[in-house]
Amino acid sequence: MSTISETPAIGLTHGGSEDTGLGHRGPESKSIVVPYGFWLFVLSDMVLFSALFASYATLVHATDGGPATNQLFDRNLVAIETMALLLSSFVCGLAMITAKRKNMAWTQIWLVVTGLFGLVFLSIELFEFGKMIGEGAGPQRSAFLSAFFTLVGCHGAHVTAGLLWLGTMIAQIWAKGFRQDITRRLLCFSVFWHALDIIWVAIFTIVYLIGTLP
Amino acid sequence: MTERDPELLNVAPGEPHDSMLSETLSYVIGLALALILTGISFWVASTSVLWGPGVATGLVVLAIAQMGVHLVFFLHITSGPDNTNNVLALAFGVLIVFLVMVGTIWIMAHMNANMGVSPELMNLQMQH
Repeated sequence: MSTISETPAIGLTHGGSEDTGLGHRGPESKSIVVPYGFWLFVLSDMVLFSALFASYATLVHATDGGPATNQLFDRNLVAIETMALLLSSFVCGLAMITAKRKNMAWTQIWLVVTGLFGLVFLSIELFEFGKMIGEGAGPQRSAFLSAFFTLVGCHGAHVTAGLLWLGTMIAQIWAKGFRQDITRRLLCFSVFWHALDIIWVAIFTIVYLIGTLP
Repeated sequence: MTERDPELLNVAPGEPHDSMLSETLSYVIGLALALILTGISFWVASTSVLWGPGVATGLVVLAIAQMGVHLVFFLHITSGPDNTNNVLALAFGVLIVFLVMVGTIWIMAHMNANMGVSPELMNLQMQH
C-alpha cells in the first residue's frame, strides 16, 4: 500500500480507485480520457436535442390551419425506420466485439451491415420528407412543421454525419489496421451511433406515436 | 475480486469486457428488450383497450425504459467504480435535459393558459 491510498478523497476524485487519476501515476490513459471526452460531447448533443424537443412540444398545435400530426405520419414507415436503426445499433455492437479481437473480415462485414441499415433508415426518412414537402407540408407551412423538420431533420443530419464517419472508419481500419488510435475512433463512433438510436426512441415516441394517437 | 486486472476495470462507455460470448449475449439481451419495449409502444399506441388519456404518459414511460436498456446494454453504463465519472456526467446531462424540457413546456403551457385568449386565437398568434 502506498501513502496515496491513505489521503482522503476530495473533489473530483475517482470513486473506486486509490488514486485521483492525476496523482503519482499521471493522467489516465488515452483509452479512458478520449471516450470520456466524447461521452461529454454526446451528452451535450442530447441537451441540444432537448431544446428542439421542447420547441416541438410548444409548437405542435400551431398548425395555421394546415395539416396536423394525425394527417401526416405513417406508423408503418416509422416502424420500419425504428427497426432499421435498432438493428444498425445492434450490428454496430457486434462490430465492436469483433474489432476488439482484431478480426478484420467480420469487423468490416458488421460495419458494412451497420451502414446499410443506416442507409435504409435515412432513405425512408428522406422519402417521408419528400412526400410531405410534395403535399405542401414543407417546413415553411406552419410553426408546427418548422419545429418538426428542425427536430427530425437534425437527427437525420446526425445520422448522415454518422454514415460518413462510418465510411471513414471502414477505410481507416482497412488501410491502417487495428492501431490503438483507430480503435479509439471506432469506439467513439459506436458511442455516437448508439446515442443516435436513443434520441430516435424519443422521436418515434413523442413525435410519431403520441402524434398519431386517436 | 481483488485479483482482477485493473485494466479490465478501467472500461469506458461502449467498451465491452469479459468473454466474446458474454459480450454478444449482452447485446442480444439488449436487442430483445428493446424490441419488446418498441413492440409494446406500438401496440399501446394503436389499441383501444387502454384508458385513452393515460396512453401518452405510458408511451413516455416505455420510451424512458428503452433508453435505459440502450444505456446499459449498448453503451455499457454500469454502477461499477470504473464508471463513476460516466454516470455522473450522464446524471448532469439528464438534469439539464429535464430542466430544459419540463421548464419550457410548463412555462409555455401556462403562458397559453394565462393569455386569456381562446386556443384558436393563440394558435394564430404563435404562427407569426
